[in-house]
Amino acid sequence: MLKIENLSATIADKQILNGLTLEVAAGEIHAIMGPNGAGKSTLSYVLGGRPGYEVTGGSVEFMGKDLLDMEPHERAAAGLFLGFQYPVEIPGVSNVQFLREALNAQRTARGEDPLSGGEFLKLAKEKAALLGMDMEMLKRNVNVGFSGGEKKRAEMVQMGILGPQFAVLDETDSGLDIDALRVVGDGINAIMRDPARGVLLITHYQRLLDTVKPDKVSILAAGRIVQTGGADLAMRLEAEGYDAVMAAA
Amino acid sequence: MTQDITLPTRKDEAWRYSDTDALAGMDLGTFDDWRDIDVAAGETYRDFLTIGDSEAVELRRIRVKVGENARCELFGVITGGQLGRIEIVVMLAKGAHFEMGGVTLGGRDTTREFVTRVVHEEPEATSNQTVRSVHWGQGTGNFLGRIDVVRDAQKTDAAQSFKGLLLEKGASVNSVPQLEIYADDVKCAHGATVGQLDETARFYMAARGLPPELSRKLLVQAFLGDAFVSLDDEEERERLMGIALAKLDAHL
Repeated sequence: MLKIENLSATIADKQILNGLTLEVAAGEIHAIMGPNGAGKSTLSYVLGGRPGYEVTGGSVEFMGKDLLDMEPHERAAAGLFLGFQYPVEIPGVSNVQFLREALNAQRTARGEDPLSGGEFLKLAKEKAALLGMDMEMLKRNVNVGFSGGEKKRAEMVQMGILGPQFAVLDETDSGLDIDALRVVGDGINAIMRDPARGVLLITHYQRLLDTVKPDKVSILAAGRIVQTGGADLAMRLEAEGYDAVMAAA
Repeated sequence: MTQDITLPTRKDEAWRYSDTDALAGMDLGTFDDWRDIDVAAGETYRDFLTIGDSEAVELRRIRVKVGENARCELFGVITGGQLGRIEIVVMLAKGAHFEMGGVTLGGRDTTREFVTRVVHEEPEATSNQTVRSVHWGQGTGNFLGRIDVVRDAQKTDAAQSFKGLLLEKGASVNSVPQLEIYADDVKCAHGATVGQLDETARFYMAARGLPPELSRKLLVQAFLGDAFVSLDDEEERERLMGIALAKLDAHL
């Protein structure tokens, strides 16, 4: 579904990704773990097409298409969702307006009919309930005045509404307390656990993986994947630390 | 009694950032052409001023006397005119309120501006002015707002807020708050900021599927919205926003 080959990228001429190769199949939840500064967030931004992140080599194929050749909004319409580590506040724009415009822009780009206001609200209500979010919060401005945990929860509501084929979730677990972590984890399972969908789950900690059981776990260090294994790899990392696990490999 | 009228120049404080070159050859009578409005004590008056679809110099002048405990609300949208200028003079009696919301949009080498003078002539009057300007090309947006608080006009509460959004390099905005206060128990606040579109927000919106022109439109709409917050009429709010956004669409 997602095939990254020998990907290199720089930010302001600084090499961050260094020949990264990784493949995620449909139906797979693939966790990426790694020490600080390994390039985890850079990987997610490069996949999303953030300006300033320059690809200097390699390729990314997404559902048979050249992902790097698409504009950020075209990637979204093609079915890619990028969950932000730090969701952005947009004063003056309500979640409802933002998500309806976004969903309909995606649908139009795919040649589908846009949803009416009523249809959209029904969908939004359903997905908000899945994440235990009050509809009133969706009427508020995008992420404005939301706590860290609420922002992450809102990201998952957005994912539910947009219904992507593939999600790249960048530290969706950071800033969540234990209860919120379970709600968000259950949300990821409910929305993305599907033979036709895939997830790249970037995380620092094992805890989210107790709820969202990964099919594979890869370690990202110094800009490339250095080790891939099953769910047990995450537990070894938690118990022994990155240095010990990587040294033993 | 006649007063000699001459064409304004940039030496005049109220024309400091204006396009005075565009005035050449204009009928001098134009500059003394005021629309006068009296709002009787306790009444509410609301009006809408728009300048659109013009390549010429477009001046609108309105002078309002707001009686005791009366209220005047003016909302303006300037999207047209080589020079589009709305001048407002307001005299406030005891306990009166003046509310103004204005937006300017424009590109090429146009100038669009609000020039206001609010005189708190008696105690306990309040005024609130909000101007939002969005410009591109070599366009200029101005807000020159003067507030006079006469002696004994105690408990005056006057506020001005200006924000400029520059979509392209080369555009500019100017804000000149001018406060003349001769009473000692008053509140006068003014604020001004200039910025550009938030690129982080634009990437976030793109990552959700919004093409650049749509994210720009949503952000501009949110930015302009402040000017119409105090307009308690949804239909009119949407009409004014529609005029402003149509101007933006035409530019895209």
